[in-house]
Amino acid sequence: MSTQPLQFVPGSEFKRRAAEVVANPFLRKSFRGAMDFLMAKRAAQFPDPELLERQRTLAEHIRRYSLSRLPQLLEQLEANLVKNGVKVHWAETPDEANAIILGICREHGAELMVKGKSMVSEEVELNHAMEQNGIEALESDMGEYIVQLAGEKPSHIIMPAIHKTKQQIAKLFEEKVPGVSYTEDVDALIQVGRDVLRKKFMDADIGLSGVNFAVAETGTLCLVENEGNGRMCTTVPDVHIAITGIEKVVEKLEHVVPLYGLLTRSATGQAITTYFNVITGPRRNGEKDGPKEMHLVLVDNGRTQAFADEQLRQTLQCIRCGACMNHCPVYTRIGGHAYGTTYPGPIGEIISPHMMGLAATHVLPGASTLCGACGEVCPVKIPIPDLLIRLREEATHDAKPGHAPLVGQGAGKSTFASLAYKGFAFLYSRPALYRTFAWAATRFRFLTPSNQAGWTVTRTPLKPAAKSLRELLAERRK
Amino acid sequence: MSARDKILGKLRAAQARPLPNPDDAVVAHYASLPRTAQDQLAQEFAEKITAWHAEVHTVPRGQWVDKLKDIVAEKGIRTLLYPPAKAHGKALEASGVAGLKPYDRPIDEWKQELFEGVDAAITGTRGAIAETGTLIVWPDADEPRLMSLVPPIHIALVDADTIVPTLYDAITAQGWSQGLPTNALLITGPSKTADIQQTLAYGAHGPKELIVLLLTGEASQ
Repeated sequence: MSTQPLQFVPGSEFKRRAAEVVANPFLRKSFRGAMDFLMAKRAAQFPDPELLERQRTLAEHIRRYSLSRLPQLLEQLEANLVKNGVKVHWAETPDEANAIILGICREHGAELMVKGKSMVSEEVELNHAMEQNGIEALESDMGEYIVQLAGEKPSHIIMPAIHKTKQQIAKLFEEKVPGVSYTEDVDALIQVGRDVLRKKFMDADIGLSGVNFAVAETGTLCLVENEGNGRMCTTVPDVHIAITGIEKVVEKLEHVVPLYGLLTRSATGQAITTYFNVITGPRRNGEKDGPKEMHLVLVDNGRTQAFADEQLRQTLQCIRCGACMNHCPVYTRIGGHAYGTTYPGPIGEIISPHMMGLAATHVLPGASTLCGACGEVCPVKIPIPDLLIRLREEATHDAKPGHAPLVGQGAGKSTFASLAYKGFAFLYSRPALYRTFAWAATRFRFLTPSNQAGWTVTRTPLKPAAKSLRELLAERRK
Repeated sequence: MSARDKILGKLRAAQARPLPNPDDAVVAHYASLPRTAQDQLAQEFAEKITAWHAEVHTVPRGQWVDKLKDIVAEKGIRTLLYPPAKAHGKALEASGVAGLKPYDRPIDEWKQELFEGVDAAITGTRGAIAETGTLIVWPDADEPRLMSLVPPIHIALVDADTIVPTLYDAITAQGWSQGLPTNALLITGPSKTADIQQTLAYGAHGPKELIVLLLTGEASQ
């Protein structure tokens, strides 16, 4: 698997970055405010908890069923897409995905690609790969456009520019967009983006999009959006390239309906988005618009590793609504950038290890209080806390006999921690030794060091009580 | 070995346990939900899509062209894109609405004009969804995809008799899986974004205004 050095932040850096955001009241307020807003909007969409539970059970059923037949559904999808005139490509790694897309661009002598929102394209660092080869890859989702203009990465999978205030965006537009003066009026700012991007839609050689749901039975790609930039990218340029993870496929159009209803309600608290774009092939004979050529790139990038294990496979049920991050007390405090991965928050903590390996990501499953909110709000019932615990174990232990090791298995092992646990087990399984230890620890408690390595970084030192529980009980019995 | 074979090989090697098909559960779920009565559908649709910032005008079937003339005048629409081969396109041609512009040749020949010189477009719909206030737009060779996207104002004709309660009803009753166009669309309000500080703004990339002419047998409101 090829890791992406551009956006990878080592484990130690995660803690430093998190600490930076926690110390920044400005960012703290941005994220707190945005998450409170999104949580309230979601809650308003689900007034009946019993109905919500039925909807989640159904959505989980559909996702689990789809995954149980994943190889067959992918083949069916491919056959039907080909029948509809779509070229289908497969990529195991980000490098392969980029090479495929670059090849298509070269074939058409492309200079400009306009992009609809696609997290998979972020995952494979497509923009970087295109620009290295002299092709301009322009984000057209307003949030993504802002983030790209600022030379940053999205901090949230649904609302990429959630970390930015309108004042910052006003300043950014004034500096980076020719002929634009400073304004904090949101309508005016959106109009600036609209004007710039409309010209680009007209001129672009290639339109790139993600996929929310791929329907095997009909060979159809469904895209969910509010802005219309996704429709522009998939309709105006002569060539449309869609890129998606292999897990996005479902069997039938009827299976999409419950998932779509939960996706928008869970993500932004909307009953439906402005556009639901159902694409079944390129321009047909006699049609007056639409792309003349259409491609789908199916990306693995570690998904087959998650798929290989029945428990970890549940990670792939995800429909990318972002509700887990909106409800995560850790995400709310540290924001999306601290994670250093394409997908932040709880879903990022359980999917990134498969994409980037545990060597690069072993601290991430630890970035959780295990409060359980992520699992409770997940519309497809991914047991995120269980998967976090599982990955913590995989990060600090060798693979169990009979199990293939994950990439980076055991990368988080620490000699100190394993010695401490061994010592603990030794002491607590020998009653005589334990009693002697307890007697000494209570009598010599004044000797406890005040610096207790990792523990005292954010906590007061541990100190044994003056008397052990056994002693206290013995006294009471007197 | 190709990437395709490697990926499919790994997936097959996992030997995922087969799980029961969800078809019956999907049918049972939608059957269990309360349904809007047939005579309430048009009202529910109009209320919902209005809440999504669309403008709804209920007009008797035979009089929509007159209403359209009012709208063209009121909004100052100078160029109105229309589908000349459709029945509603022919009705417009016969009516003498000013500024009519037919979508009668491939986009490749007039892309810039479409982007910069058209104020509004009028399209039909295949139906609408009451629950969410949603248009079902079914573009084809005569009524192309970009009509409902590029011009700043989109005017849509919805026959009240074609409104269904839910998206699930639309997909099953209209048999979508048996024949999809290159680009079926659900449209719920004008284009919008909340990407700047969660502040809602309309007209992000698509139409800034969505106007629905809801055609009924009743007298105009």
